[in-house]
Amino acid sequence: MTERTPVLEARNLQVTFTGRGSRGVARAVDGVQLALHRGEIVALVGESGCGKTTLARTLLGLERPSAGEVLVDGQPLSYSSRDLTAYRKRVQLVLQDPTGALNPRHSVYEAVAEGLRIHGSEVDEGVAVADALSRAGLRPPERFFLRYPHELSGGQRQRVVIAGALVLNPDVIVADEPVSSLDASVRGEILALLLRLREELGLSLLVVTHDLGLAWNIADRVAVMYLGRIVEEGPTEEILRSPRHPYTRALLSVVPEMEGMDEVVLTGEPPDSTRIPSGCRFHPRCPVVVSGEAERLGIVEACRGTALPVLEVSAGHHVACHLPPDSN
Amino acid sequence: MSLLEFDDVSVTYRSGGADVPAVRGVSLTIEAGQSIGIAGESGCGKTTLTGTVLRLLPKSTKVTGRVLLDGEDVLTMSWGKVRAVRWAQAAVVFQGAMHALNPVQRVGDQIAEPITLHSPKTSEKAAQQRVGELLEQVGLPASRAASYPHQLSGGQKQRVMIAMALACSPKLLIADEPTTALDVMVQAQVLDLLAGLVRDLGLGMVFISHDLSVLASSCDRVAVMYAGEIVEERPAAALFDHPRHPYTAALAGAFPKVGDPRFRYSPAGLPGDPPFPGELPSGCPFHPRCAVAIDRCSSEVPPLQVVDDGRVACLRSGEHLELLGGGAA
Repeated sequence: MTERTPVLEARNLQVTFTGRGSRGVARAVDGVQLALHRGEIVALVGESGCGKTTLARTLLGLERPSAGEVLVDGQPLSYSSRDLTAYRKRVQLVLQDPTGALNPRHSVYEAVAEGLRIHGSEVDEGVAVADALSRAGLRPPERFFLRYPHELSGGQRQRVVIAGALVLNPDVIVADEPVSSLDASVRGEILALLLRLREELGLSLLVVTHDLGLAWNIADRVAVMYLGRIVEEGPTEEILRSPRHPYTRALLSVVPEMEGMDEVVLTGEPPDSTRIPSGCRFHPRCPVVVSGEAERLGIVEACRGTALPVLEVSAGHHVACHLPPDSN
Repeated sequence: MSLLEFDDVSVTYRSGGADVPAVRGVSLTIEAGQSIGIAGESGCGKTTLTGTVLRLLPKSTKVTGRVLLDGEDVLTMSWGKVRAVRWAQAAVVFQGAMHALNPVQRVGDQIAEPITLHSPKTSEKAAQQRVGELLEQVGLPASRAASYPHQLSGGQKQRVMIAMALACSPKLLIADEPTTALDVMVQAQVLDLLAGLVRDLGLGMVFISHDLSVLASSCDRVAVMYAGEIVEERPAAALFDHPRHPYTAALAGAFPKVGDPRFRYSPAGLPGDPPFPGELPSGCPFHPRCAVAIDRCSSEVPPLQVVDDGRVACLRSGEHLELLGGGAA
């Protein structure tokens, strides 16, 4: 798996934002390595403010990295406007709220055709739109052409958004919380659609989410992000069945339908990225440190003072934590 | 006497000259110290049902049946009485806390508003002290009273909304999707807070959500609504793990159990959309989407029958629904 060139890769990526006045510099993405291979589904998981959306936007070329680079098929992403336009045809974005993403005055046909028109595509528009709609599960497509968003259910609207992404035949779709605003019954349908698109079109998918159930449902690999860094990464089965990072364990333990795990509710919220703690960035909230366990293990000084390296990109299970690998 | 009792409540909206039945004959009781979850898809009538308690529905809406709050029918109360009951006996934590707060008013003043409205003689100092207590009760420092909403995170805003609902010491709390827009960890914090309030203050809580897994982990009992009716009402864990209505099974199955191989690469959904309330199908309203429907289901309306631990409305509830593979059992 690692031998092939990833279709999309973040190499030592950093993105900073400079605030006004004395707020300092926010290190939203603070050294991230991440690879997405052809036909692969990767879930990028973390709390609000952990930098996952900034990372996704940077991979899409919507933000410029302050250090490191984005590689597309092994080549550095070029930020000239012509190259970016071409790039955005290949890498499409699907957002959380389909109601906000669709123009209420555009019919379904116009919404889906918009991408073709922007990119000056020379294909037969009607055929391409019908094709994209039926691939997104809206069949027969002609019945939906003249409908407006308010006439559709939430699930249908999300399918229209997905059709709008598919119409350009992209290689990669980046989906930011694609089901979190949808009803439970619709959620499974949309996730099944994403799996089918991978199957049929060989699409690669990067799904940004805080929903571990979604990751378990569809992802091949999971990357857990905390405060600008990936702290644990690997095959879904390993990350979600034998998590090693205390943060991943805490996230898993609060999934409501999780049984047989003691709930670890972390107090407070992640600090903001202008003030990243020294040592392990998770140590002020880490249950292992707070409970005194780290002190017994003799690692508490490292937790507080020794920074952890950026995780490498390769097959297998990686974790950025001072806990010895055999501890539980 | 129950804290809250819905007795054969129906709600009909007027829409474009036609009657749209949003809630159809719901009966449900809530005791003090008990939390009951109401689950269902958008448009199933769950928010409309709870809107009757504080008479929050538009004027043109027709409500029949009885809504007994501490034994008194809310539907026949004078407006003055309704106003006194709001906040003081029953309070609502609304959906979308992010947008429910006034952005240009300090949160302390917003929490104090119901207090000074209900007891106009409260001194400013007493009100401030009460605001401080309330903030601490929901796990925020009293000094947060001076903050504006934009200075708070989503979880903190939701805590402020809960503090506001508690301001006049109500006996009943109605929480409408209180954790929907929140992160998992913050959601866990808010759920713990609500459970603590039910336990420590002996509140009754009605918890509305489309997320059956959240209700199963935080309520005593759950009622599942479909097309304006209760289709199943049983103890929360039993209902989630061993659903007896195919609709409950589908909702429960939509939340994968992380680590369970049955859900790996096979997300479960429920095809189709709920019926429009004005155009209900014949027989069981769920039959067009039901995976185990039989011929009888399209002609016979299943009654809501009492079973050993609750109520179920399905012609096949006697047989069983393992065939659906739903639930987290």
